[in-house]
Order: sequence, then C-alpha cells, then structure tokens
Amino acid sequence: MRRTIRFTVNGDPVEVEVQPHWPLLRVLRDELELTGAKMGCGEGECGACTVLVDGKPINSCIYPVLEAEGKQVLTIEGLVSSENELHPIQQAFLDKAGVQCGFCTPGMIMSAKALLDMNPNPTEDEVRHALAGNFCRCTGYVQIVESVRHAAELLLKNAKQTGAGE
Amino acid sequence: MGEVRRHKRHSEGALHIGASTPRADAYAKVTGAEKFAADYYSSDMVWAGVKRGAAPHGVIKGIFTDEACKAPGVIAVLTHRDIRGSNRQGVVRKDQPVLADKKVRHCGDAVALVLAEDRETLLRALDLIRLDLEALPGVFDVEEALKDGAPLVHEDNAGGNTLLEAHIQTGDGLTAFERCDEVIEGRFETPWQEHAYLETEVGWAQQQNDGKVVIVASTQTPFRDRAEVAEAIGLDLEQVRVIAPYTGGAFGGKDGITVQTLLALAALHSNGRPVKMWWEREESFIAGTKRHPTRLYYRLGAKGDGVLHALAARLYFDTGPYDHLGGVVMTLALEHAGGAYRIPHALLDAWCVYTNNPIGGAFRAFGVTQVTAAMEQMMDMLAARLDMDPLELRLKNALTRGEKTCVGVTLTGSTGLVECLERVERHPLRTERYAWKAAAGPFKRRGVGIAALMHAAGYGTVVPDYANAKIELTPEGKIRIYCGVVDMGQGNASANAQIAGSILNQNMDSMELVLPDTDRTLPSGSASASRCTYTFGNALIGAAEILKNRILQKAADLLMAPSTDDLTLAPGKVVNRATGAQIPLSRLGRLMAESERTAISHFRAPVAKDRLDVTDELRLHGLGHAVISYGAHLAAVEVDEITGAVEVVSYLSATDCGRALNPQIYEQQIHGGICQGLGFALFEDFRVEQGTVKSPDLATYIIPTAPDTPNMESLPVELHEPTGPFGLKGVGEIATNGPAPAVANALADACGIRMFRLPMTPERVLLALRGRETR
Repeated sequence: MRRTIRFTVNGDPVEVEVQPHWPLLRVLRDELELTGAKMGCGEGECGACTVLVDGKPINSCIYPVLEAEGKQVLTIEGLVSSENELHPIQQAFLDKAGVQCGFCTPGMIMSAKALLDMNPNPTEDEVRHALAGNFCRCTGYVQIVESVRHAAELLLKNAKQTGAGE
Repeated sequence: MGEVRRHKRHSEGALHIGASTPRADAYAKVTGAEKFAADYYSSDMVWAGVKRGAAPHGVIKGIFTDEACKAPGVIAVLTHRDIRGSNRQGVVRKDQPVLADKKVRHCGDAVALVLAEDRETLLRALDLIRLDLEALPGVFDVEEALKDGAPLVHEDNAGGNTLLEAHIQTGDGLTAFERCDEVIEGRFETPWQEHAYLETEVGWAQQQNDGKVVIVASTQTPFRDRAEVAEAIGLDLEQVRVIAPYTGGAFGGKDGITVQTLLALAALHSNGRPVKMWWEREESFIAGTKRHPTRLYYRLGAKGDGVLHALAARLYFDTGPYDHLGGVVMTLALEHAGGAYRIPHALLDAWCVYTNNPIGGAFRAFGVTQVTAAMEQMMDMLAARLDMDPLELRLKNALTRGEKTCVGVTLTGSTGLVECLERVERHPLRTERYAWKAAAGPFKRRGVGIAALMHAAGYGTVVPDYANAKIELTPEGKIRIYCGVVDMGQGNASANAQIAGSILNQNMDSMELVLPDTDRTLPSGSASASRCTYTFGNALIGAAEILKNRILQKAADLLMAPSTDDLTLAPGKVVNRATGAQIPLSRLGRLMAESERTAISHFRAPVAKDRLDVTDELRLHGLGHAVISYGAHLAAVEVDEITGAVEVVSYLSATDCGRALNPQIYEQQIHGGICQGLGFALFEDFRVEQGTVKSPDLATYIIPTAPDTPNMESLPVELHEPTGPFGLKGVGEIATNGPAPAVANALADACGIRMFRLPMTPERVLLALRGRETR
C-alpha cells in the first residue's frame, strides 16, 4: 500500500511514492539518491543519519517518512552554497581535521549546525553535549570539538561582516 | 566504480613533509559526496542476506528452503550445495565455511544465502527458511576447552581445540625466580571488544558479461580477498576483481572476508544484476570478528633495587570457532608480553583456543592491547611493593637501542621509550599531580597513572611485507598515485599525496588518487599492522623519484638544456633556473609515452635478524619484528566513591613516531587509538553467555561519546627511523594499548584498588571499593 508524500529536500520540492513504514533515511538514500546521510545502526543510536527537519536534528533512520509531509528537510548535500562554497562548518571540519573515515561526518556536521543555529557561541561542554548522540569511532572527538568551535568563530565573523555591510 | 579521486582544495603551495595539510579526502567527506561501499545503489539491484544458524554448536541435519524459494520476489536461495569451490575461507588456516555444511560452530555461522527483489522480501524469505539442527554441547571457556573430553569445535584438528600454542624460554627461565627479591603475581581477564565501525560490513557485486565478478566492498584487504573469494567459490583469480573505496571504519574488523564471498556467490545467481549486501548492526555484532578475550597469568620478579630479573606468563586467547587471524594475534601478543623492558630470564606460554564463542580476530593493536594491560599493571604493582615511583621503575628497566626484548628480539631501529617517558615526566600533569590530587572534592578521589608502550609494525619474519607503488604523470599534467593499500580512515591515501607531492613539488590540486582496485593498482598487502604508510610510503618514494628524474630529463631535452642540473619542478611546471624558461607538466604529460610517464617501485620491509629459538610455525605467525614504535601515556582520573564512576579528566601521550609526516593526521591516529583504548578500559562490555551475544547493539554495548572523552594531548617524539619514509614509523595502533593500564594504575593510585578484569565499570569499581573497606 504505497502512498505519495510531498516535502522539500535542500530547498527543492519532492514528491515520492513510499511505503508508510519506511523511515526518512530510506527515502533519502534509496529513492532520492542522497547518500550523504549514513545508516550506522537503524535504531536511532549512533546519529550517522542525522538530518534537519524544520531546523531540528533528527535520526532519520527511525523518523517515519510520513512525518516529513510538508516539512523542510536539510541534508549534508544542501549545505554547500549555490556558488559551490563550503558552509563554514564544513570548512572548519576540513581545516581542523575533524574528518577521519568520514562516515559519521555528515551527521556530525548536521548536529553541529543545529547547535550553532540555536547557540552561536557554545562552550566546549555545550558542544560535547550537543554531539552526544553522534558516535564517532575514529577520532577521540578532540578535533571534532575544535572543528565545531572553529565553525562558531567563522560564523560569528561572517555575521559581523554581514552586519557591518548592512 | 573505481573512479579517480580528485581534490578540490584551497591551498596553492606545494605539499611538503611535516606540514599539517588538510586531508585530501576531507572535501568529499564533509560534503557527503564521498561514495563508500555502502553508497552503491542501482535501479535493477538485488538485495542479498544471510540466514544464520543462531545456535552455538550443532550438527546440520537439514536446511529447508522450499517455502522461501516459492515466495514472490525471491530470486534465489543458496546453501553450501550451490558452492563449486572449497567453501572455505581464512587468512592463515582456511577453517571457516562460506555457508556452513556439516555443523554450525557459533551463533553467527551463515547457513543460507537469499537474493530478493527488495529488503522486505529478503527479511520475509530469511524467516521462511527452516533449519534442523541437532544441538551439541558447546565449549565457552579457554581453559575448559583445553581439558581432555572437552567438546571439539573441529573434530579434524590435530591439536584438539588448540589452534596454536607457543612456548618461549630465554635465559634461565623459571629458575631465575629463585634469585629475585620481590615476586608479584596477577591474573587478568580482558573482554571481547567490538570494532563498532559506523559502516557495518557492506558491499556490492555484479557479474559482467565476460563472466568476471566485480566486488566493491568495505575491506582492508582487496588483493587477499580476491584470492580467497576465487578459491572458495571456484573461480579463477582473473575472474574476480575487488575494488576498495574508503571504508567507514575498519580497525581490523575488515582485515579479511566479511561480505565478499557471499556477494560473489550471489552475483553468480542474479542473472547479471548487481547485488547489495549490508549487514545490520546486530548482525555485525553477532557475526563479525572481535578483539580476542584473554586470560593472562603473570609472574614478575625483580631485584631489591627494582631491576627486573624474571618473567613468567601464561596467555590464553579465545579465537572462537575459526582461526581468522587468531594465531597471528596471539604471536604478536607473545612478542610484546614483557613490554619494552630488560628482562634477562623469561618463560612464556601461550595458547590460541577454539571455542563456540564469537570469532576473535584482528582489532587495532592485535593482541598487544591485552598483554600491555596486564604487564603495565604488573609494573605498578611491583613499584608499589618496592615503594618506588612507577615512572622511575620503568626508566630503570627501559630498553634502549641494541638491547634485546625478553623474547630475544634485538631492537635495531630507533628506540624512544626513554625519551617518551622523559617527556611525560616533565609535563605539568605529572609534576603538579600531588596538588591536583589533593584538590579532589568530597566523595571524590583522584589519581594519576602511567603506562609504557611498545608496538611492532609489519608482518614479521616470514610473510613478506611489501608494497608496489605506481605513479603517473597524466596527459593533463596531474600526478596520479595508484594506491595499493586501503585507506580505512587513517589518512594514508592523503599521506601518499603528501609524500609524492613533496618529492615532485606539487600542490594538492595536482594530485589524483586511484584507490585500491585489483585491476588497476598493484598488490601491496593489507591495511593493517601499522604498516600502511611505512611500507607503501617507502615504495612510493622510489616511484616518485624515478618519475621526477624522467620528467626533468624530458624537460631538459625539450628545453635543450645541457643537463637536468638547472631544472626544477614547480607546481604545474618545470622551470629552468638558469634561463627562466618553463614548460608545463600538461605539455610534458602529452609528449611522454605512457611507459615513460609511469613509474613503479617495490619495497620490502626489513625483518628481525635474530635467530630465535622458536618453532618455524611461530616464525610463520610473525615472531620477530624490526620496526617498533614506543610510547608513554598518563591518565589523570577522578573516582566517584558513591557511584564507582571513573572519569578520565586529562590524558597525555608521548609517542616515538619516528617522524610525523602530517601532524594533524598523527594526532588523529593517537587520539583515536586512545579513545578506543578508553572504551576498552571503562565502557565496552561485550557480553556473551553460552555463546549467545547479550549486548547486540549500541544501546547495550557502550562506546565512548563526546561527553565521555577527555581532552588529550599527543606529543610526537620524532627520533627518525632510518628505514622509514622520511624517518616515519607507523603509529596507527600503539595508542590503543595505553589507556587500560594507565587508567587502572590511576585508579589504584586514587583508591588503592587493583582491577584485574576489564572494563572497569562503575559496578566493578564499587565492588572493589567495598572489598577494600571490608579488608
């Protein structure tokens, strides 16, 4: 019993035929060919599948796709600007060596974005707490935490420049 | 499939050794564009999955597949009867069936393989398969398994349940204990450790029209896989191609076959359609390999002044039902059993034992993690007995270059244990420890512990540890490196670009990487054993130097320069320093014949030259290594006396890495090793009861998360290894060995309790604290 569902992904409207029990991750990866969000556990434990739905970070591996009806979904593929510039969080992960195998990276960056959207200047503890649901097995989290704090600096600097230009 | 990785970067300068250059793979990974084995899909794809025996030990009386075969959407159901080859796989000993035939020997044994149109159909079909198993008594304890009359895991194994045993005596062996002033004993238990890579075992395969089976898999060993797959399912070597993208973590768990043979078998029955197999997390936990659990009996004797004199150890490794790499893991542990200390007399006995537990296999640091956890606690227990400072005791006994380990291996390379210990000794976490400990709050106790480490790299004496590097100047003027060794996340592919780029004076934008592919790159061994950048890097230096000379010679010819003396490579071009004339690499690339603009170089790693008094079998399993890294770790912990929770507040490491080619990648490796070591020390409790996994997911098997992990400092001690590429030694594994003993020693320092069993969970710590009170 398939159903048609509409939502936006990275700003683009999509219409997909789905099985009602499918999680959002399955639709993103198998139907929409957006393989940036990863499956690490399928049970909402590891955070590799993190995407933003209406700005909030969710584990898309257990988020029922029907819940996404009419909502805005943002995945890692949607972070690069239309001019093909990296988002400051992506740039920070690249500069501060927050990437090893890279399988947790998309989810990690999306959780970081959710944090920095809410709290532009987090303490180290706040960063660690915000990333608690995103497992990484390669790093010791030190460079990931540094990446997120560096991203906060880049974003604040950008905001100041934009503010000064207005 | 098998694309070339190009690098979009922002730096203009040429690459150089020692620079903290962002990784070549980072751009594709932060954008989500990197295509892992898990990310292969196609519209006509078939899903494959495995029916597992789900019993620890039993005779297969029947496999009933009719109902599953008839289910709509099922393409094929296969059993051992459908396999034309040997139906056996394994690295050293081929004792593991692809699909079980006579018996199941652990809960994860694969019995049937299903191909289906979609995942729902696949799961339904797996449920429809019925197995008739006649249960056999199982064996679940290493020492029980060695007793007469124990159930046999492999009836045809000459050694009963012994896979491999080893006995090494040096000096006077046990009699030397009579001359010791102090003798310390300990019995240690270490648990399974699950790799818990975020990308579970996964791959994609398709049979081409010419009959060749192409496999894209998350693997550390594409060339070895090709041979194993071909033999197991009855194909010629040339009929199998294995492509290895970047893995989403591996840590030893993909050092060997996981999905590869099953996928190839499925591809033979899918009518040419591509097949995907992706293990679920629980399946990965049950069927995947783990760090071997061990039971370790130690006796250490010393003179009254703290000079070590004798060591006796009995080491038991539980390999589960299959060798996998169990014998090799045990042998490396044996070589490291006495640490980097001068111990003139030793008797070491070790057994790697078959059981009906989950499969023991390679896990970062390969058995050394377990013995270091024991030996480094023994050192602290001895220091306490002698009323000596633990660091001073280690310095007094630390081996230096030219000396022999307790198994008789001479340390011929750079040997930096003393330097590492001295770096820790001078650090504020050490010098200010008394004040820090005294500042603990109510119901909190603080302690500081250290551990000294050594870790040998490479395959050892017999199995050749070699690499074949190929490099090319493309007609477009780019430098293309054909990487023979998998990058499982540790950054060796990026290090390759840095090595070749520095020799050829090119920037990252000019570098292209072809990741391991048995049809395109050259055999260069496994991604394991702290060997990747050491062995492949050495081969790559040779190839890059050849190419550099050819490029300069061609440029000299075209510029009509009398020699290459005035010519130099610059990013994208060759420049004549004398005349200012330039020639772009793209022009040279078009003018040079393919054979001229392609260079290949071979490197074989040195091995220990000592004539050890051990069996050939032990040598075959690796005993005797020549290239060794060293380290010293310090953990500062705070213990909650009410809950038993241990918090690691700060962590320090100093590592003799020879040379850090890229400091940020060096730090990644050390931090990551420490983090996995902290998990092993404190959280990761893989529970198995009578062969059944009781911690089948990431909610019951706890790995460290960001709030659990301390800030870490990772000091490089760069002593230059003469045989290494630019002086490097591999440090992919060594850091994993430090946290368990350093934290255990810190806990003893804080509360006076000694933990003989890992992990040191709050419950166990609390029990030990109560035991202390009742004493």
